[in-house]
Amino acid sequence: MSNEAILHQHETGTHDVGHAHEHHHHETFITKYVFSQDHKMIAKQFLITGIVWAIIGGLFSVLFRLQLGYPESTFPWLEDFLGHWAKGGKLDPQFYYALVTMHGTVLVFFVLTAGLSGTFSNFLIPLQVGARDMASPFLNMLSYWFFFAASVVMFASLFVQTGPASGGWTIYPPLSALGEASEGSKIGMDLWLISMSLFIINALLGGLNYITTILNLRTKGMSMTRMPLTMWAFFFTAVLGVLSFPVLLSGCILLLFDRNLGTSFYLSDIVINGKILPNEGGSPILFQHLFWFLGHPEVYIIVLPAMGITSEVMSINSRKPIFGYMAMVGSLFAIASLSFMVWAHHMFVTGLNPFLGSFFVLLTLLIAVPSAIKVFNWLTTLWRGNIRFTPGMLFAIGFVSMFISGGLTGIFIGNSALDIHLHDTYFIIAHFHIVMGVAGFFGMFAGLYHWFPKMYGRYMNNTLAYIHFWVTMIGAYLIFWPMHYEGLAGMPRRYYDFSNWESFKMFAGLNQFISFVSIIVFAAQLLFVFNFFYSIFKGRKVTTLNPWGACSLEWSTPIRPGHGNWPGEIPEVHRWAYDYGKDGRDFIPQTEPVGEHESKH
Amino acid sequence: MELVMTEQRKKMHPHKFILWIAISSITLMFAGLTSAYIIKRNQPNWLEFKLPVIFWYSTATIAISSVTIWLAVRAFRQGEMSKYRKMLVTTFVLGIVFVSLQVTGFIQLWKQGITLTRNVSISFLYPIVGLHAVHVIGGVIALLIMFLKAFSRRQKTYSAVPVEMMSTYWHFVDFIWIYLFIFLLMIR
Repeated sequence: MSNEAILHQHETGTHDVGHAHEHHHHETFITKYVFSQDHKMIAKQFLITGIVWAIIGGLFSVLFRLQLGYPESTFPWLEDFLGHWAKGGKLDPQFYYALVTMHGTVLVFFVLTAGLSGTFSNFLIPLQVGARDMASPFLNMLSYWFFFAASVVMFASLFVQTGPASGGWTIYPPLSALGEASEGSKIGMDLWLISMSLFIINALLGGLNYITTILNLRTKGMSMTRMPLTMWAFFFTAVLGVLSFPVLLSGCILLLFDRNLGTSFYLSDIVINGKILPNEGGSPILFQHLFWFLGHPEVYIIVLPAMGITSEVMSINSRKPIFGYMAMVGSLFAIASLSFMVWAHHMFVTGLNPFLGSFFVLLTLLIAVPSAIKVFNWLTTLWRGNIRFTPGMLFAIGFVSMFISGGLTGIFIGNSALDIHLHDTYFIIAHFHIVMGVAGFFGMFAGLYHWFPKMYGRYMNNTLAYIHFWVTMIGAYLIFWPMHYEGLAGMPRRYYDFSNWESFKMFAGLNQFISFVSIIVFAAQLLFVFNFFYSIFKGRKVTTLNPWGACSLEWSTPIRPGHGNWPGEIPEVHRWAYDYGKDGRDFIPQTEPVGEHESKH
Repeated sequence: MELVMTEQRKKMHPHKFILWIAISSITLMFAGLTSAYIIKRNQPNWLEFKLPVIFWYSTATIAISSVTIWLAVRAFRQGEMSKYRKMLVTTFVLGIVFVSLQVTGFIQLWKQGITLTRNVSISFLYPIVGLHAVHVIGGVIALLIMFLKAFSRRQKTYSAVPVEMMSTYWHFVDFIWIYLFIFLLMIR
């Protein structure tokens, strides 16, 4: 079955391949912008929903940083804004936990999973492999609407009387399983679980499509090893999602049973306020196993797309082929497979058998090898390149910097012995924010600045973009670097107020500094949001087909491609996606046949 | 177009491919649950109980339905539409019978005092088998849609892809049940 036949089946795309650009059939506002089956529109829907969530999630962090940085002060305006959650202008401790939980949930799942992989997998896969649309445009549309439903439920949970879930984004039972345990474990927790179940369905439907499209719908000549590295990264991301999310779903279902039907999968020997609960025989560790079997691949679901985007943007803007293409693919594969065998390193101090722990230490530290290969290849791609410092390129370089800094601390905490001291401290927070959070965001920004011209036919404003980059880059280090010292000194995460502890009083100034910087960095992100929306309507127009001089297929489409992507035939591919600076030519597009006297790469 | 179609025949249809990945994904969900069950079995107060005889009947039902859907696909490929419709209806009915037998089995268990909250070993039974039943019900709904399409005069489809996908999915839920049944028999 060919690409065209699939589109015809769904009656969405081009009626006649040869006349795609004329687009005779009528598209209403609803089918074009709301219930669209065009992968490019779905990508934009994911992106904009992700941006809205990023603003909400980022705002949460600003709110709890206010508490952490200025524990003695009150902010009366907070009471106007938050009501009984901030009586007298001071955050309620219960609400502080809700903020921390929601910040994590929103950013990990809704922004860096749906917003990053949802946006770029949808947008780039058909364009870069040369397909008219996804394997199943309908499932793709369904995937977005499941995400939307998940968003609505999660957003609604922010407004219930007892507040949203507040047991941490990992929702460990028994805290999350018992409504009596805390305010946030009441209806807010149920809504969290329902929302996440919808989210998992979104991730699965999306992942199925991404895998199938990459494996089945590549255009003529596009062998797997001719694909841009973004495709490989999205492919492995989708595989990770499809294999790990169902396990989280089973964990969530059991938790829902425990919460609402009185079972004891995760509960045993519990006393609340002097009352002994009847639950017996369960084990909260079981939840941790199920959760982290997803949870660890999840961090690679976030960082692999960022790696793919970085490789692509970096090669284009160095005007050099990516260094070690096959090594890049191999290390993506190695990271993806290892990610399934390291989940217990999140559980070193749960009473795990130390003998078992040593295996997980070994496998965890092994991830440093493919990661180092990738970093080496990025640096050698830059080496002696003819570098153009576009905003996308800056963020790609920033990604590598973050990945190195955050990756190195990973070697510290991957050690079960060091983890005894470092677990649940600010060291962990610093590590995963740099290597996953900030790095994920940098990959996303690199991709956005780079592919914005393809998405909207306009450029984003460069001056604002450079301000955005430098504030974010310097700010991210100023926020998270000091946290390593706090963590090494034993300062625990999740605490509401450190001024009560003699050992952590000395960090009052540092905490204040971190909070101050995080507010500035948040403001810089708003600058980006302004730039993004302003440029959609008023940005400088793209006038050439291939503004970055890139080899890959998406730049052979019209400036504003319609549904079906290419008017006329889908181009045939004759070479890999990285023929830059070859035989005296700046770049050779993938569609150009290999010449007789051309040198081999 | 004709040429393209025949050329691509050898390759799997993308929708079928999607189904196979979905199947691997669903398999992992059941793998997660059953491995949790295995881990929990080692605890001291594990309760043993007998599965009601009715589950043997339900197993036979779903196994037979697998045969009927296979016959349906064969009839469809040979263009024997009336036989195809008959077999589709049979599968649909057997699917409903299977779910009812499962529910009856659980009502019997419940009456014997093997209730959801009595012991973790029993608690596991309900979500695992329940999730499987949900997947069978999903299949029954899909069968219903196919059944309506097969009788509609307006719709004339000659593509075997949806029918084949239906049968793949149906064999899959059948296989999962047989796996779960053997698992529950052996593991207790």
